[in-house]
Amino acid sequence: MTGRGAARRVTLLALLAVLAAWPWLAPYFAIFLMTEILILGLFAASFNLLFGYTGLLSFGHAAYFGTGAYVAALLLRDMAPPFLAVLAAAAVGAAVVALVIGWFSVRLTEVYFAMLTLAFGMMVYALVHQWRGLTGGSDGVAGFPLTAPLPGVAVNIADPVNYYYLTLILVAVSAYVLHRITVSPFGLILRSLRENSERASFAGVPVRRYRLAAFVVSGLFSGLAGALFAPFNRIAVPEMAHWTQSAEPVLMTILGGSQYFFGPFLGAGVFLLLRQWITSYTQEWMFFLGVILAFLVVFLPRGLLGLFDRWLGGRS
Amino acid sequence: MSTFVAALLNSLDIGMLLFVIASGLTIVFGVLGVLNFAHGALYMLGAYFALTAVRWIELPFWAALVIVPFAVAILAAAVERLALRRIYARHPTQALLLTFAFLLILNDAVRMIWGPGYQIIDPPRALTGTFVLAGAVYPLYSLFVIASGAAVGLAVWLLFSRTLIGKRIRAAALDRDMALAVGIDVPRLYTLVFAFGAWLAAFGGALAAPMRALGPAMGDRIIIESFIIVVIGGLGSFPGALLGALILGALHGFGGRWFPQFDIVWPYVGMALVLLLRPHGLLGRSA
Amino acid sequence: MRPPPLLDVRDLRRNFGSFAAVDGVTLSVQPGEVTALIGANGAGKTTFYNLISGRLRPTGGSIFYRGRDITGTPPHSITRMGIARSFQITNIFDQLRVIENVQVALVIRQGKGTRWWRRAARDEDLRLQAGELLERLGLSGLAMARAGTLSHGDKRLVELAIVLATDPQLVLLDEPTAGMTPEETHAVVDLIARLAETGPQTFFLTEHDMDVVFGLARRVFVMHRGRLLAEGSPDEIRANPEVRNAYLGEEVY
Ligand SMILES: Nc1ncnc2c1ncn2[C@@H]1O[C@H](COP(=O)(O)OP(=O)(O)O)[C@@H](O)[C@H]1O
Ligand SMILES: [Mg+2]
Repeated sequence: MTGRGAARRVTLLALLAVLAAWPWLAPYFAIFLMTEILILGLFAASFNLLFGYTGLLSFGHAAYFGTGAYVAALLLRDMAPPFLAVLAAAAVGAAVVALVIGWFSVRLTEVYFAMLTLAFGMMVYALVHQWRGLTGGSDGVAGFPLTAPLPGVAVNIADPVNYYYLTLILVAVSAYVLHRITVSPFGLILRSLRENSERASFAGVPVRRYRLAAFVVSGLFSGLAGALFAPFNRIAVPEMAHWTQSAEPVLMTILGGSQYFFGPFLGAGVFLLLRQWITSYTQEWMFFLGVILAFLVVFLPRGLLGLFDRWLGGRS
Repeated sequence: MSTFVAALLNSLDIGMLLFVIASGLTIVFGVLGVLNFAHGALYMLGAYFALTAVRWIELPFWAALVIVPFAVAILAAAVERLALRRIYARHPTQALLLTFAFLLILNDAVRMIWGPGYQIIDPPRALTGTFVLAGAVYPLYSLFVIASGAAVGLAVWLLFSRTLIGKRIRAAALDRDMALAVGIDVPRLYTLVFAFGAWLAAFGGALAAPMRALGPAMGDRIIIESFIIVVIGGLGSFPGALLGALILGALHGFGGRWFPQFDIVWPYVGMALVLLLRPHGLLGRSA
Repeated sequence: MRPPPLLDVRDLRRNFGSFAAVDGVTLSVQPGEVTALIGANGAGKTTFYNLISGRLRPTGGSIFYRGRDITGTPPHSITRMGIARSFQITNIFDQLRVIENVQVALVIRQGKGTRWWRRAARDEDLRLQAGELLERLGLSGLAMARAGTLSHGDKRLVELAIVLATDPQLVLLDEPTAGMTPEETHAVVDLIARLAETGPQTFFLTEHDMDVVFGLARRVFVMHRGRLLAEGSPDEIRANPEVRNAYLGEEVY
């Protein structure tokens, strides 16, 4: 137990050190790649609070990611407040959307839940796509400035290295918060719902209320990820709210291992590296992704970390 | 008047096509408990196989319409044996994920084999004409689609309600263990049903090929619409698929005419409403 | 002078289609009195428990708990009011550790469900209380095991631990010894007897192992085809010819 815990802590510190030194270690393009891995890793980890921990498969998480992206892009375009305020507003905006959608969705489970979240997600997409006056329709929102993080902090976040560090700090803090949630009493209740929601309700757990709480927290951090993603790309487009965007955190989480806190992050890394690598040979990288996913679902339902675990002779 | 008839006819041809496809999805869910994300990709495969049959092998369209669905069904049976059956025992969302992987594979496979561009097939000569109704001109092929959809629907209904195999399938859908206990070869039945679902999707694809442009993402829209249909009608309910398909067809036929700006959102609103008010669909059996 | 009943059920009914699984049952359970509900398979015992615990809604009739009408209340509220239950088919959190199984109920009971920052494992209260409970049930050695890996008998004990962790006044046990070996059965009967003696809980259990019932219960209700056939002390029930005919005659065990 303690041996494992210590090993995990050392690995984590080493990882953080590498991430902190990344701009010196890696070629220029890799700074962008790692920024994207961190952002989408956070998105996937937020998704996994609902999927891996609470047992609900959402197929509409792009709604919150997209909301975060658009709130950030629009605020920057129209008001240009300090960047951290933009992120906070975007995350809260996404959480509000999640509260509304979640309030309806948590009544259902399993494929019904997946379908309902898909439907709501596509409504958000349609709204973003059709409300041309505000969102520019399919052209998206672009040409906004990147403001200083806080008033008086004159850091130019348009510089990719600075943006990388900003992202790293925010993602690390968010990951820490999410992790604390998963090991808290609240997190224990969520895991009990994943395991057996009926038993949980007969142990006194108001099931829907806890599902909704998980849904909102998940939406909040998904929104933060979206709010980091739009400025990173200098544009918010409707595709960020489309169901194909919702599929990404699902794939990343399965890839890394939904039963591990860091599974989604690892999954995001492997996903984006694979994409980078395979797309340098062929346009059809989704084909390979599909083959890998099929293989994982059938033979390695615990993902890459599950494989790693077994390799180390960990628990079965 | 003529715009109304046009919208009605348009609703019907879209609706009947969607019905054929969605009925495959709902039957597979009803029996296997698997919501097949790759169902739209199988529809696409049907269309592309038909393209190959007509354009490259130079079969007549009629022959393609008969042969293609069987080819796709055989492929689906193989996939069921190799992969899908290994995960029936697991959580239902696992099957959703696995079939999602199939969707990714098939989409890109089609792109690799047939290229990324749009392609079209001409309707068979006997159906290229038009006809006039209430002062407006319609393609004859629309009528053919409506008739084929009705014929297939009727055949499927007869198959399930009147034949021994249909009875067995319904038994397996109701209670897998009980079906096993009375000596039904359930694993084989599952393969058969999955293949049959694929057959319906591919038949829809081949049928749609002459009236829709073929493109590597053509299945994505169909799978989402099929999801909506079966959810609205009731997952696993065959009459529900008909009702859902007609509703969606009407949303396209009429909504597309009068509220084009909301074209994409209506079906989702409908699906969400049904899920919230009647989670098991308009005609689904309640749990 | 009898004290007011803990549970008071009046004319309770539940239909499945046109079939009445519970067909107008009226009974009450006195505090501190181990009560048993017996009856052949299919008599409606589980359905009756499902009605009391909020898993099913009654078709008719009402349920009073400590004088309060709880008919139609959802399960989690009923649990928090002090009625906890076990299931005929073991129902626990397989992938959680044994101690966590118990802590789920403790977190709710201690009102800690909204704590999202402190580590559950560092919460002394949670740890000690769970430990104590596991100790009482003889599960201490298994505290860190995944519940799903336990033997059938131990799993049933884990469920009992969850039930007790909700701090119930009234404990409904649906065939607590089902599927257990004779030794395990013996141990569980002893355990329940001990808890009933010392604890604040009132036990209300169904069984079809007669030895268990007659060893534990002070008051017995007999159900037959959805209706109450008889009630009384174990001796009265044993001597009741109607019960012999309807129930013991059916040779269900
Ligand atoms: N959900 C249900 N739907 C239909 N019939 C049910 C349902 N639950 C129980 N029954 C029927 O009600 C009767 C009583 O069942 P049950 O309460 O489980 O009896 P017991 O626990 O005494 O063995 C049985 O005939 C059973 O088949
Ligand atoms: Mg029973």
